[in-house]
Amino acid sequence: MADPRGFLKVTERETAPRRPVPVRIKDWKEVYAERNGEVVKQQASRCMDCGIPFCHQGCPLGNLIPEWNDLVHLGRSADAIDRLHATNNFPEFTGRLCPAPCESACVLGINQPPVTIKEIEVSIIDDAFDQGFVTPSIPERLTGKTVAVIGSGPAGLAAAQQLTRVGHTVAVFERDDRIGGLLRYGIPDFKMEKHHIDRRIAQMEAEGTKFRTGVNIGVDISWDEIKRRYDAVVVATGALVPRDLDVAGRDAQGIHFAMEYLAQSNKAVAGDTVEDQISAEGKHVVILGGGDTGADCLGTATRQGALSVTTLAIGNKPPEDRSEDQPWPMVPNLFEVASAHEEFGERKYLHSTVEFVSENGRVTGLKVADTQFVDGKRVPTPGTERVIPADLVLLALGFTGNESEQLVSQLGTKLDSRTNVSRDDRYQSQDGVFVAGDAGRGQSLIVWAIAEGRAAAAAVDEYLEGETQLPFPVKPTDKPLAVYS
Amino acid sequence: MSTLSPFTRFNVGPDAQGLYSPESEKDACGLAMVATLRGYGGHDIVDMALSSLRNLEHRGAVGSDAGTGDGAGILTQLPDKFFRDVVSFELPLLGSYGAGLVFFEAESADKDRTSFEKIALEENLKVLGWRVPPTDPAVLGDQAREAMPLIEQVFVAASDGANGLELERRLFRLRKRSEREIGIYHPSLSMRTIVYKGMVTTLQLEPFFLDLSDERFESQLALVHSRFSTNTFPSWPLAHPFRFIAHNGEINTVKGNANWMAARESLLESELLGDLDQIKPIVTPGASDSATFDEVLELLVLSGRSLPHAMMMMIPGAWEKQLDIEPKLRDFFEYHSMIMEPWDGPAAVVFTDGTLVGATLDRNGLRPGRFVVTEDGFVILASEIGVAHIPADRIVRKGRLQPGKMFLIDTAKGQIIEDEEIKREVSALEPWGKWLESRRINLRDLPEREHVRYSSASVNRRQRVFGYTEEDLKEFIAPMARMGQEPIGAMGTDTPIAAISDRPRLLFDYFTQQFAQVTNPPLDAIREEVVTSLTTSIGPVLNLLEATPEHAKQLVLDYPILTNDELARIKNIDRGNNIGKAVTISGLYRVDQGAKALEARLDEMANEIDQALEDGATFIILSDRDSNRELAPIPSLLSISAMHHHLIRKGTRSRAGIVVECGDARDVHHMATLIGFGASGINPYLALETAEDMVIRGVVQGITPERSSKNMVKALGKGVLKIMSKMGISTIASYGGAQCFEAIGLSQELVDRYFTGTITKLGGVGLEILHIEIEKRHLAAYPLESASTVHLPLEVGGEMKWRREGPPHLFNPETIFKLQHSTKQKSYEIFKEYTKAVDDQAQRLMTLRGLFKFRDDLRTPIPIEEVEPISEIVKRFSTGAMSLGAISPEAHETLAIAMNRIGGKSNTGEGGESVERLLDKERRSAVKQVASGRFGVTSMYLTHADDIQIKMAQGAKPGEGGQLPPHKVYPWIAQLRHSTPGVGLISPPPHHDIYSIEDLKQLIFDLKRANRKARVHVKLVSQFGVGTVAAGVAKSKADVVLISGHDGGTGASPLNSLKHAGTPWELGLAETQQTLLLNGLRDRITVQVDGSMKTGRDVVVAALLGAEEYGFATAPLVVEGCILMRVCHLDTCPVGVATQNPDLRARFKGQADHVVNFFEFLAQEIREYLAELGFRSLDEAIGHVELLDVNEAIQHWKADGLDLSPIFASKELGTELNMRRTTHQDHELESHFDFPYIESAAPALKEGKPFTIEAEINNTQQAIGTMLGNELTQRWGEQGLNPDTLQLKLAGHAGQSVGAFVPRGMKITVVGDCNDYVGKGLSGGTIVVRPPDGAGFIASENVIAGNVIGYGATSGKIFLNGIVGERFLVRNSGVTAVVEGVGDHALEYMTGGRAIILGKTGINLGAGMSGGIAYVYKLSEARVNREALQLGEITLSGTSGEDAVELRAIIQEHFNETGSVLAKSILDNFDQELSNFVKVLPRDYARVMEIQQNAIISGYEPDGDEVWTQILEVSNG
Repeated sequence: MADPRGFLKVTERETAPRRPVPVRIKDWKEVYAERNGEVVKQQASRCMDCGIPFCHQGCPLGNLIPEWNDLVHLGRSADAIDRLHATNNFPEFTGRLCPAPCESACVLGINQPPVTIKEIEVSIIDDAFDQGFVTPSIPERLTGKTVAVIGSGPAGLAAAQQLTRVGHTVAVFERDDRIGGLLRYGIPDFKMEKHHIDRRIAQMEAEGTKFRTGVNIGVDISWDEIKRRYDAVVVATGALVPRDLDVAGRDAQGIHFAMEYLAQSNKAVAGDTVEDQISAEGKHVVILGGGDTGADCLGTATRQGALSVTTLAIGNKPPEDRSEDQPWPMVPNLFEVASAHEEFGERKYLHSTVEFVSENGRVTGLKVADTQFVDGKRVPTPGTERVIPADLVLLALGFTGNESEQLVSQLGTKLDSRTNVSRDDRYQSQDGVFVAGDAGRGQSLIVWAIAEGRAAAAAVDEYLEGETQLPFPVKPTDKPLAVYS
Repeated sequence: MSTLSPFTRFNVGPDAQGLYSPESEKDACGLAMVATLRGYGGHDIVDMALSSLRNLEHRGAVGSDAGTGDGAGILTQLPDKFFRDVVSFELPLLGSYGAGLVFFEAESADKDRTSFEKIALEENLKVLGWRVPPTDPAVLGDQAREAMPLIEQVFVAASDGANGLELERRLFRLRKRSEREIGIYHPSLSMRTIVYKGMVTTLQLEPFFLDLSDERFESQLALVHSRFSTNTFPSWPLAHPFRFIAHNGEINTVKGNANWMAARESLLESELLGDLDQIKPIVTPGASDSATFDEVLELLVLSGRSLPHAMMMMIPGAWEKQLDIEPKLRDFFEYHSMIMEPWDGPAAVVFTDGTLVGATLDRNGLRPGRFVVTEDGFVILASEIGVAHIPADRIVRKGRLQPGKMFLIDTAKGQIIEDEEIKREVSALEPWGKWLESRRINLRDLPEREHVRYSSASVNRRQRVFGYTEEDLKEFIAPMARMGQEPIGAMGTDTPIAAISDRPRLLFDYFTQQFAQVTNPPLDAIREEVVTSLTTSIGPVLNLLEATPEHAKQLVLDYPILTNDELARIKNIDRGNNIGKAVTISGLYRVDQGAKALEARLDEMANEIDQALEDGATFIILSDRDSNRELAPIPSLLSISAMHHHLIRKGTRSRAGIVVECGDARDVHHMATLIGFGASGINPYLALETAEDMVIRGVVQGITPERSSKNMVKALGKGVLKIMSKMGISTIASYGGAQCFEAIGLSQELVDRYFTGTITKLGGVGLEILHIEIEKRHLAAYPLESASTVHLPLEVGGEMKWRREGPPHLFNPETIFKLQHSTKQKSYEIFKEYTKAVDDQAQRLMTLRGLFKFRDDLRTPIPIEEVEPISEIVKRFSTGAMSLGAISPEAHETLAIAMNRIGGKSNTGEGGESVERLLDKERRSAVKQVASGRFGVTSMYLTHADDIQIKMAQGAKPGEGGQLPPHKVYPWIAQLRHSTPGVGLISPPPHHDIYSIEDLKQLIFDLKRANRKARVHVKLVSQFGVGTVAAGVAKSKADVVLISGHDGGTGASPLNSLKHAGTPWELGLAETQQTLLLNGLRDRITVQVDGSMKTGRDVVVAALLGAEEYGFATAPLVVEGCILMRVCHLDTCPVGVATQNPDLRARFKGQADHVVNFFEFLAQEIREYLAELGFRSLDEAIGHVELLDVNEAIQHWKADGLDLSPIFASKELGTELNMRRTTHQDHELESHFDFPYIESAAPALKEGKPFTIEAEINNTQQAIGTMLGNELTQRWGEQGLNPDTLQLKLAGHAGQSVGAFVPRGMKITVVGDCNDYVGKGLSGGTIVVRPPDGAGFIASENVIAGNVIGYGATSGKIFLNGIVGERFLVRNSGVTAVVEGVGDHALEYMTGGRAIILGKTGINLGAGMSGGIAYVYKLSEARVNREALQLGEITLSGTSGEDAVELRAIIQEHFNETGSVLAKSILDNFDQELSNFVKVLPRDYARVMEIQQNAIISGYEPDGDEVWTQILEVSNG
């Protein structure tokens, strides 16, 4: 490490500023202003190169964070991207979208603001692309084995890239019209512009990965057919069944799942024509759910020209600081201000939705009540009901499982107790069929998806070749560090 | 015919069993020599020798059987007159017959006598007759009597009447053949000398051998010796003296010396000695180091060299770096260094051939030797002064043995021959210098070669072949390349040892370094570099028994590590030089053909070398270059050791030098093992190319590629020197091949074949597994698909710093998190998750104990309610010795508070304790540590200890000292340590008052008298042989022995030590328990264990293996907030645990309650285990190894070869009564000199009134005044009493440690002389030593006191009217002392006080001196530590002004106290004499003093923040 006293010299955390709100809500571009390379270098010098880097543990990918922090500090960009790519196929995605459990685990964070790991990560890959360090790694020798990867989200793409590089012939199937899954249609451009995906896909194509869009496995081609056509199949179809809110009035018009709304918006932003697009323009919008998806909806609605946006959460407002039951290095549940929250709207807590109010079949508002906790359950407090007006309601309540009917019916695949596709400790669900990402794990973070994709690739390679040199960063059962008792 | 070894007979020791092995036995002792210059013998000489021996009794030892001594003996001239009177047969003239004792087995004596007579005839000798010397076995101890041989005396003459040396040589052949062929033991068989010895105490020798009391038994000289063996298994043959010598000390390099002797054997030829094949091997198997030394010395002498000449060959002085040595003498030494490597180790040897008698001291001078010469021609030399009571007026000279110097008497001529004269004669024997010049060549004189640079891609590919990791590059290579120094780390190691590591490890990792503890001291290779040497010469070695110019035809390597270009010079040596021919042997094999191919290739290599030697090769280069997809490199260590031992077995090893060209070696430890197993030079080409490549790639910045290579070589070489010095070895020539390593996890078969003679206790892997490890690395270098790892050119590593893909660490995010959380929240459930995570090691194989299981089928479980409560168990816990300095005051105090709360013990560590905390029941530390720096060790500190712990070694860096850098010596640290803020502090590698086991006994004695109530601990580090050291410790009367595992944490340690020295505590503890039980010593000593203990299971395993108390360090630190940053040495600990930085200390969040929770949880978990195992208390469980078994369920590719049964071998040895401490040591406190005065000196002690004690004393009275000092301190505290309140006026010879730790208010005056350690730890008292009035010698020219005076003294005064020995005022921090001459290494590591030296000084004055002032009369610059002068750390100047006033006042006081004639003459001419005084002043100390002075003048607080900032500015430059 270049300077063991770096953290004592640079004591403040500093990240790239976001563009001014009035400016940025006028476009769909990423909210951050240009990064100052010197600041990034300085921030990198705050890394203490710990004896036990908890960040490296906190990251499901096992990113070699102290190593590349040091390399960034020394200005050795080419080595830095190598060290980053060693554990992470797509740092340009994680560097923008990951909630950074590494920073929660940063040892410096015990007493000081943690190192800006995520920003350093994204600066490494952006520099690398700019300077042309990102080139295809084409296998020298093909195995002759073929693999179908179903789903082109981060898990599928990671598995595909790993398998391609060890010489297997890989085809990625995507039922949508473009590659990327949730990355493309779930994430608004103001968080990640889509050219990042295109650039990575280009590299993968150059390496030999084949992409088949608009093919819905289970419908267009049956699962057993795909299993017959390929030597191995990786199921990376995600966990896309949204959680619904079963209260009176749910069938009124103007109540939509967040993903439906976001996908349409993303397509529109990409230049597609979307028939009957759900739009927030000129509307009073209520978003149910205070998580990242809710914030994505908020930012989107803001840019579409909503009159008002209210985010309702059923639970308590999270604390500003770590609570005792969420000690370092756990990922704490904290009150966070996403870029969208800075821009517009109102956040309300302890609101239980009792009923959707509608007129003429169109939603006009929500009847809400104060939440109270009874035996640990959240229930509305009788007598506190009131109505919040709304003409667009977006449900951002998370996901409950995957769309696995055909998988089950056509291949006899088993599901686990949480309706995820079950698999063994080498990601195998049945002979030659492997499951990676949210499809097996349930709704999770992009880093877990990539980590699973990488690990599943190792399992597939081993299955096909008898041994593998691919890394196996996580087991299907691995969980973040937490207090379980 | 197989060779018999009589040395293994007539002893009571058990055979090797379990982890115990007789070969680990060590000894040390007292010795004396008496001779007369008057020209005729007499019984008075014998008498005086025997009475001197009796006065050395305290230096020997007795075992569990109080009557059985470790051995004693005497060597005299043949008592011709006596023999003529007592034998029934005719004896020819003296000189025409030989005689000697014979030790027979009783049952075969008749047969053996006949066989002996037959050999005698073959050797042209005839047996004149046999005599049974009268003995009295009744005086012996039981064990000794049991093992007693049948003792007879044989008389032999030449059949042809030959006499003199011719006869002596035939007797030698007869004795050797008799021992080899019949197996009987001859203490001696000579026409000149005779030895009487046996397993007796010093007091029993004379009563046992009745001959010795006979007035007719006369001699002109006598050597006597008393032995202290670490074991209680002494043997009759191993008692001293041997045929030529008696020895006090230890030859550390004996294994190498013996191997090299074997290597030279085939070349031995001597016309004088005849056919040598009949008497080979020269070195008898089973002989001790001293016996082996004697055998070789005897060979050298009988083949024609003089006795002094041979001694100088075997124990050369430190000639290599001495500036003022005679050129001819240097030539002599250099020439002989090409013939024989030094026999290195601390040694005082007395020797005689029957006419010449002398003594010599090794180059380090680590053993005492004092002599007196009387007016009537008696010379008495002994380990101590005062063994013979001679009135001062008869004494004409008093002297001491000096490092590397010889003291010799020619009894025939009646003369003392001075060292210079001996050396002048020997160096003039032959034109050594001319011979050297004509034949020798230095590597640098060979033609230069063009440098070859390899591409990054090539370097990277080969890095993969040899298993390099990113961590290797970053943590090892880069720091060495950048700074030329070995990297430092902190917090120990917690990864699996190689033997049970799941990943392929380098062969080097299976070897752990041995290191010196207790029985010999480690050296200080930095401050005492002047006695070390890394120079070696290689090439063919010729007949040892001749000296010709051709013997000098050698290539001299200044440094053992060679750059690529230097190796190229050797490879091309035959171009234009006639020095020899180099042949490269390739160490590669077909990796796809498996272990068979590996084995076959090793055989082929051996054949190729044999052929090369036939063809005249003189240099062999073993190379692993040019591996490729098919050919993988054989581990270089395997190649070198296999070839080395092959050649030794063939007897051709000495025909060529072997250099290793290897890619795998990259760390200091790797270099040390290669040299230790036979390499003369190493070219670690890939490490050097890696360094160059890192510079070229810009990874390492600020240096040139060439410099990086040189830095690497320097760092690696210096590191090797440090590893040698840990073992107490000074020269690389004798370290080479000495095999100072133990193997863990290698099969006996593999070791026997390729690493012959190395200890491997647990068995383990063979070539099959080694091959698999090579293959795994090879596959990583030549992967089937390179794109798979395109972004990771090398593996990440993770040995030092945890990485997910690296090796597992016991402390990792999960275990740290759970430990911290559970103790904070007081959640036992989460704590159990933590212990489960740590214990659940079976799959991951982190520790040896992870392979054990508890046997639940032998005892019935009991309800947990019946098990002793938590409050009882926690009393057995202590926290580790971490100094305030290493950890923050907050962290230190929190531990103390927690331990005091639960009734456990915290430990001060090496750094003292403030009086404020000392007296505070809540915040004090119960255990006070005494380490080599002696920081803060005062009477007050010791008086307030519950336990006093002597730190012999530290788990993370055994055999090494420590250093507190200037910026960490904050004002509060300086105050505790009695030093200066901002001035760095050094803890020396050795305790300078422990150079041997009898010295340790002395320190225990001293400390026990400094506080009678405290238990005295000795802390040892686990390694092979620690059990026998522990037995020695028990015999030295320690109350507690602590066995520390190798993996303990530390604030700073060289990485090689952290990883490669010492063994896990499981091994050391089990060996200790077994050895103590075998010795019958277990019941008198408490056994404590520490080293990475983390869970209740760990404690229960330790209890079953035999430990009663348990220490924890890292785990409670983690509870306090430590997250194993491993930056303790950088003072940047971000959680305020291991730092002194106030900003960081503010972040400390640890709480005593959390620590209490930890220990209570631990105790609760222990209770659960005890209940399951059916024990009601820990006491019941201790030693029950039968409840431990190997967990057969664990299947592992590597660990399956391990045989752990030796760990459980104490099963049959113990009984309920002796498996743990059930009695205690008899400290004999009542018989101490001081004891009666405690009552009678009450006026002073109780009321503070003046009181004087007058007494006669002798050398057997040790630590005089210490017990009284303790009494005084108890009553009067830190400040003591007014000076001279309690006076001891003593006459005679003071035993060792007079005035140790004596506080203010006491004054000791010795009229006579003193032994070693005068004023050790002096705490304010005054000590005056002067000769009696009317002495027959000039005080200022004679020796008045011994070595290591004022060691670690903190305040007080010492006045010495005479010369003293080596290391005067070492680590003095406050005493004012005056002396009239000193030996080598004076004022070493001094940090404060005043030293006035009025006479001559030895070499290396002021090494490591960082404080205080010395005024030295006519000091020559050449005598001052060279590095300190060159770096400006010490300045020399004239004395004037205030200094002159101070100096004069002190000299005046010296005169007043001693009446010194010298002082008087200086005072009388003070103004003229002043210009002769040189002021020695450490630079940083001077700067800080000036800043503080100015501060006081300006009204600032001298220890305040502003001043501290100023201090930091100057001390950091």
